[in-house]
Parts: sequence; structure tokens; C-alpha cells
Amino acid sequence: MFSFQVHHPTTNTAIIADDGTRLTYGDLSDFSGSVNKVIPNRCLVFLLCRNTPGALCGYFSFLTGRIVPLMLDSTINGALLAGLIKTYKPQYLWLPDHRADEFMPAKTVFSGYRYSLVKLETNEGFPLHDDLAMLLATSGSTGSPKFVRISYENLAANAGSIADYLAIGEHERPVTTLPMSYSYGLSVINSHILMGAAILLTSKTLLEKDFWRFVKEHKASSLSGVPYMYKILKRINFMQMDLPSLTTLTQAGGRLSSELVHEFATCCAGSGKKFFVMYGQTEATARMAYLPARYALQKPESIGNAIPGGCFSLVDENGTEIEEHDTIGELVYKGRNVSMGYANGYDDLMKGDENHGVLFTGDLAKRDSDHFYYIVGRNQRFIKIFGNRVSLDETEILLEKIVPECACTGQDDHLVIYITDMNRMAEVKKYISAVTEIHPTAVSVRHCVEIPRNEAGKTHFFLPDIT
Amino acid sequence: MTNAEKYRETFITLFGVTKNELQKLEYQGVDTWDSVGHMSLVARLEETFDIMMETDDIIEFSSFLKGIEILRKYGVRL
Repeated sequence: MFSFQVHHPTTNTAIIADDGTRLTYGDLSDFSGSVNKVIPNRCLVFLLCRNTPGALCGYFSFLTGRIVPLMLDSTINGALLAGLIKTYKPQYLWLPDHRADEFMPAKTVFSGYRYSLVKLETNEGFPLHDDLAMLLATSGSTGSPKFVRISYENLAANAGSIADYLAIGEHERPVTTLPMSYSYGLSVINSHILMGAAILLTSKTLLEKDFWRFVKEHKASSLSGVPYMYKILKRINFMQMDLPSLTTLTQAGGRLSSELVHEFATCCAGSGKKFFVMYGQTEATARMAYLPARYALQKPESIGNAIPGGCFSLVDENGTEIEEHDTIGELVYKGRNVSMGYANGYDDLMKGDENHGVLFTGDLAKRDSDHFYYIVGRNQRFIKIFGNRVSLDETEILLEKIVPECACTGQDDHLVIYITDMNRMAEVKKYISAVTEIHPTAVSVRHCVEIPRNEAGKTHFFLPDIT
Repeated sequence: MTNAEKYRETFITLFGVTKNELQKLEYQGVDTWDSVGHMSLVARLEETFDIMMETDDIIEFSSFLKGIEILRKYGVRL
């Protein structure tokens, strides 16, 4: 029976939180023992994540106790949460104390570090596949019922590869900058827990004074960010900050412009830091590729090559492998971190591995003669907004509830919606940012007289040429 | 429009709040004033008042009222 187990000295510090909490790996395993006494059987738990000791202690307890968490953000809207509870029938919820009341009369059966374990008596248990470790959302907080099924092997393999290429040791101190419910944020936690390092836990953002005070006080050694966070770092003059302990910067969650890669790589090279451009998807647990820091200046547009233990290939439209360099095809990844498949409801949780270690990424890429890979586009209709995947087709379906005709397009960090009714542009913008939580500044609503469609009724897009 | 009006208007249009909410408005107090919203706020205020804000001021700009104090340092009469 496989689970995610670590065997670090019990005196090693595991968590340093911005509220002053300090916990060792010994404390974590004691806490885990208590949680697992309360939850007798393997079952599904909704974990409402926040970068706080309560959330992380719960997460650690579930993983080591073979209880399956479905990861959500703690601020998830009540109606979306209720919908997911119906779809997945969890027996327990692990959530911040202040949200426990929403589930009255359901009882809180355990609590610790300002988190409560609420038992939903009305939900009975159901079988879970033996290998299933957790469920991760495919996109942000859109309330989509589609989750990725991650196995214990996936977790261990990916955390191990990441720790390997980033050379993570027990003296590392990453500071949290991303939500735990987001695969990239979680991968930072997993890879450091695996190595017995201490995690600096904060839910403060890069734009708060207290965040930087915390980073300095506890000598954070690494920081991770999605593209828009690097724009923020640039604007707040990160490159001029005196942070000698901070030696590693990682970037994933979408493409960072080569200009910014170049700027950060130059600055890092000059101050003894390493800057890693990385590539991944939740379907691969988190990471699939990284660009070694020493190549960031030389090949700022590349995602590098597959992580240790993984490998890439490119296939053409017929599924034939492309051998030549500089030829575009779909990027295919193989590795032990390729997830088991998707789930759309509780009865999918007994399913076994459907991917067999192979992931068709949906990204179009090419490889140069030095075997470095470059993402050049996508063959699926989605964009990434602030690191989160947004399906354009799903967004159109949402919009069809309020307007008869629409078409969605755009680019990363910018959704463009075309509608035919000129008087409803403000309403559409308000509606879409309310239901999807996409920031309104990242949405443009434009008017067109008619949505261009082909004979089959499919929208005819004038998309930018990606080749 | 006076500077004070321009300042208020920036918050109202950017964060979709009402005039009555402004006095108590804080960073992350509404969904729209998150880190993305904050960067837009800074950019718009810089454009409106033709200033360039320092790092410390960007990260200390934690509320509607605090912002008034900060902008005054740049000679904006509010």
C-alpha cells in the first residue's frame, strides 16, 4: 500500500508561519496521528486551502493517513462549494473555523490551528481507488466539476524530480506566494516537505509590506511566481532589493515574455541567484520541464527539456512522431507524474489509471537542434489568466445564459468577448467577472454586428497566426 | 473634475464600488482590489496625476485613505 511518507528528524522545522506559529516535523506527525484517529476509514475530504498552519497540517495528515483531499481555495463561493459537495459527496470538510457555521447542523468533530473538521453525516462513504492520493482542479475557482486524479506515485515522482533539479535540501526556506490548491503552489510545498525543509507560510501578497518583512526576517531562500507576478516584481523594483538569502526564483503557470526572462536572468546572474523558467500542467501533477538557470540568458524563449525521470516527444496531426528539429507538433510528455485521469463526480474516484504515463499536452511546440523545447501555441481553445486556465468554450456556455450570441477569444491574461447587443456590454463584463472570478481589468467586451460562423455553426475566428 | 473627484472616480470605476464604500475601502477588502487590481490602480493614478510611485509607496498603499496621504507626498493636492 503506497502513501506519501517522509521520515525526517522530528526536530526539523517544517513550518514557520507569519502568525508566529512554528512547527517541527514531529509536531506534524503528532497532529496527523490525532486527525487519523478521528477519521477511521479512507474517504474523501474537501480541503479549503489557505497558506496557514491549519490548512498545511490538515494536508499533511490526509496524505500520510491515506485520506483523499479535494483541494479548493478557502475563499470559494458558498454556492459553488455546495454544488461540488453534491457532485463529490465528501464525508468531511477541513476548513477555516469561521466557515464551519455554514454547514450547521453538521458537527465539528475535530479542530486545530483555527481549522475545523466538519462531518457531513448525510454523505455515506464510497469506494476510492487504492492509488488515488488527491484531486486537483483543472482551472481556478470557476466551480467546474472537472478535477485531476493524482496518485501517491505521481506526487512522490514529481516532488522528487523537482527537488532534484532545483537541488532542494533541508536548509531551503521557500516562501509561499501561490495558493496551495493550485498545482504549482502545491508542488513547492510537496518538494520541500519531501526533503525536510521548512516552509515559510504566509497568505500575504507581493504587494504588502508585511510580506517582504516576513521574507527578510526568516531569510526566505526561494520564491515562485506566475507571469503577472513577475510584472509586479519588476514594477516594485525587486531587482534592486537587498535579499542575499533569496537564491532561487522559479516561474511557471504560463509564458513569461522573453524580455522579462532576460531581465530577471540578468539580474539573478549578477546577484548570485538562480532563475528557473519551468513548464507544467495539473494533469502532470505539476511540473514537466525546466530550463536550467545557466541557459536562461541564452535561450529565454525556451521551456528547456523534460524534468528528471520524464521525456518529451512531438507528434504531427496523424500522431506520427516528429524527428526533425524546428518542426511544430503537439507536445507529448511521458513520466511517472502523469495523472491517473479526470474525475467529474464521486463515482469516477474508483477508476484506475487511464493515462498510463502518457500526456498529450494540447500545447504546440518545437525543438531546436540542442534539444531545447519551445511552446508556440495551443491546439485547444483556452487561455491562461493570471496562471489559471480558462476554457473559451466553457466561458461561451456561461455567457449563453445571459446573451443569445457571443464569441470568446483573447490571449494570456486577457479575455476578449464579442457580443451582438451593444447595450449589454457592461452587464456582460460584470456577469463574467462575477461568475468566473476573472479580474474585470483582464476582460474586454467588444461589439460586433454578427458573430462570423461557418456552415456548421462553428465560430470562425481570426486568431493570431501561431505558427 | 477636481483631484479629489478624480481620485474617487478611479476607485469607483476600477473596483466597481460605490461612493459610500470608499472611506473604509482597503486592499483585498473587495474581490476586485486584489494584486491585479492594485497594479491597475497604481498605473491609473500615475497616469491621472502624472507621477511615478516608489516601491515603498506601492506596497504601503493599503487603503483608500492611506492612498490620499501617499499621493500628497507627490504634491497631488487632495
